Amino acid sequence: MTPETIFYSVAFPLLGVFLGLVYKGIDRRISARLTSRIGPPIRQPFWDVGKLLLKETIVPKNAIAWLFNAMPILAFASSLTLLLYIPFGVLKAPLEGYGDLVVILYLLTLQSLAMAIGGFASGSPFSSVGAQREMVLMMSYEMPLATVIVGFALIYRSFSLTTIASTPVWSIVSPLAAFGVLLLFVALLTVTPAELAKLPFDIAEAETEIAEGMLAEYSGRNLALFYLSDAVRGFAMAAIEVVLFFPFTLSSILGLSLTGFALYAVEALWFLLKVLIIYLLAVTLVRTSFGRFKIDQASRIFWVHVNLVALLGLALIWVGV
Amino acid sequence: MAKSTYYIPVGPIHPALKEPIRVEAEVEGEKIVKVDVKRGFAHRGIEYMGMKRNAIQTLYLSERICGICSISHPYAFVITAEKALGIEAPPRAQYIRTIIAELERIHSHILWLGVIAHEMGFDTLLFWTWKGREKVLDLLEFITGNRINYSMYMIGGARRDLKEKHIRAIKDAIDYYWKFTEHMKEIFLSDPVYKARTRNVAKVSKDIALKLNLVGPIARAAGIRMDVRQDMPYDAYADIDVRAVVPQDIVGEVYGDAYDVTMVRIYEIEQSLDIIEYCVDNLPEGKILAIPNYVALLAKIRRTKGEAIGAHEAPRGEVIHYLKFDGRDGPSVWKVIAPSYNNINSWGPLLIGAEVADIPIVVAYIDPCMCCNDRVAVVKTKDGNELGYTEIRKKCLEKTEKIRRELK
Repeated sequence: MTPETIFYSVAFPLLGVFLGLVYKGIDRRISARLTSRIGPPIRQPFWDVGKLLLKETIVPKNAIAWLFNAMPILAFASSLTLLLYIPFGVLKAPLEGYGDLVVILYLLTLQSLAMAIGGFASGSPFSSVGAQREMVLMMSYEMPLATVIVGFALIYRSFSLTTIASTPVWSIVSPLAAFGVLLLFVALLTVTPAELAKLPFDIAEAETEIAEGMLAEYSGRNLALFYLSDAVRGFAMAAIEVVLFFPFTLSSILGLSLTGFALYAVEALWFLLKVLIIYLLAVTLVRTSFGRFKIDQASRIFWVHVNLVALLGLALIWVGV
Repeated sequence: MAKSTYYIPVGPIHPALKEPIRVEAEVEGEKIVKVDVKRGFAHRGIEYMGMKRNAIQTLYLSERICGICSISHPYAFVITAEKALGIEAPPRAQYIRTIIAELERIHSHILWLGVIAHEMGFDTLLFWTWKGREKVLDLLEFITGNRINYSMYMIGGARRDLKEKHIRAIKDAIDYYWKFTEHMKEIFLSDPVYKARTRNVAKVSKDIALKLNLVGPIARAAGIRMDVRQDMPYDAYADIDVRAVVPQDIVGEVYGDAYDVTMVRIYEIEQSLDIIEYCVDNLPEGKILAIPNYVALLAKIRRTKGEAIGAHEAPRGEVIHYLKFDGRDGPSVWKVIAPSYNNINSWGPLLIGAEVADIPIVVAYIDPCMCCNDRVAVVKTKDGNELGYTEIRKKCLEKTEKIRRELK
């Protein structure tokens, strides 16, 4: 491990937390504008986190205290680790070579799992129902998510994100397989709101039904950690989608020949723009234009429809490659 | 052995509830196996207060029974009082009262549509419908001076006249709402997510609706043709042939579920627009108060001995008032029956076997108004015995003593 890697592994999580909160702010602002409200300022999520960190952290009497307190840390840690596996524009992922797409899949699951366990440990009926729902939802969307990753492994014969990022997927596949990749993209976009617990799949946190579900008993620092890991996860998920499907660099599109710092700056901004667009498409627009599904309806959507789309995409890639 | 059922308390404070009530549900996974509804959290003793005041004061007190339908209770009150006193409002006042009541129905129904959208997590729809509702609230403010609690009615007439500018504004709003309702039909009735969440949820059969005595849009959505405006027409409704809006007339089949209730409510907005249009076009000339002098009115009430029952079709169903005048300048007995009282009865049977995700929809689909229906507060000891008046009074005195001691 070089000093450079160590620097990155400190800088990336910090940057990721910052960007996650900024994106959350932009998301809230745009969602408000879409519903003809003014909306909070973009720095509102920072204030929210600041306020939560100042508040008292209450552990319910009938909660399993150590589990209840450990889960937010686990969720936050796994979301930070997730950031270390994402190649940021033209930069390499700091932990490149230490595990790849499959690890990312597990890290994403780990956060949902941490929330579910935290919900079960908090000893409130609302949290228990929320955690049960989260488990059911996870079982439903993991299959299409895994299918997408298998699809990419088929194309590249590798699970490495950096390999995938360096060669755009569209440039190495036949038209038939390209259509398959498009289907995988659709499947991944549908999974995104469920993975991030956003409408229409925020069933585990349904406010009007079970009063924020798994998070019902969390407060103060614990809630702040969940809030941060949620923000980071949103950014990371959109970033993964960009890396998988739109790794085009700006200099390759415009034919620029930048070097050194200019290259990194331009590409980083370009990457952030792409992530923002995906974020707005997959999260903001969707959560603004749908109501909440019931858990059985959501399960059916993932098991039948999204799975069909993903498997069809996988089959096309298998034939096409 | 692991516990297989959870006990979920919904309320008295819960995001799905706008007012306090308690639904105690026992759930197995997502399924509700046992349910108990407890009311009585919003009892304010309004009837008792009304029996201590004069009739005009009580009329405006009755406006405060309900926060949303703040004209329904006064309407039932004036109808009842007029019956008991044997006076009749002048035709122009009757028409004005009908217009205000129908404007209120429009805003109440739009409010409900927003609430039900919020209950299923569709906040965008909530914001959009409530943005549309602003217009009728502004109109009501323009006509009566208040967005809510209009203080427009008087025993034997109405307090404010409709001027030319008001009528122009009403016509404007009618045009706006014809378009808005068309939009709402498209958005609510053809939205797949909305349909998935409401179809076959909170399903009331005609039989159950009759047995549980359901009223208003809920009964009509179950296919029962009942509407006070149709069955016992009063004021301008007598001149208009109001027909109950039932799903079998709209689409030909009845489900009686939350989707049908939505449909009935949206079509009732159109019906209200029709009624307002008719009233505005045929507004009679003349005075607006039968007895313009309030002192004379109170004197007449003091001379009257008698009782009456009157009903008005509120947005949520029938509101029934009973009044007895007995030599005082106000009612000596005043009894109010609000529609939510009957409709909340449907929660129990509807929730058993339903899913947790259906709780907010079942709770919201009747548009419950807790402060309307809470008539009595029962105090119980820990072992379930009800406390009588003397014991409660004794406890009150003890508490007062305790506080006094602590303050010293």
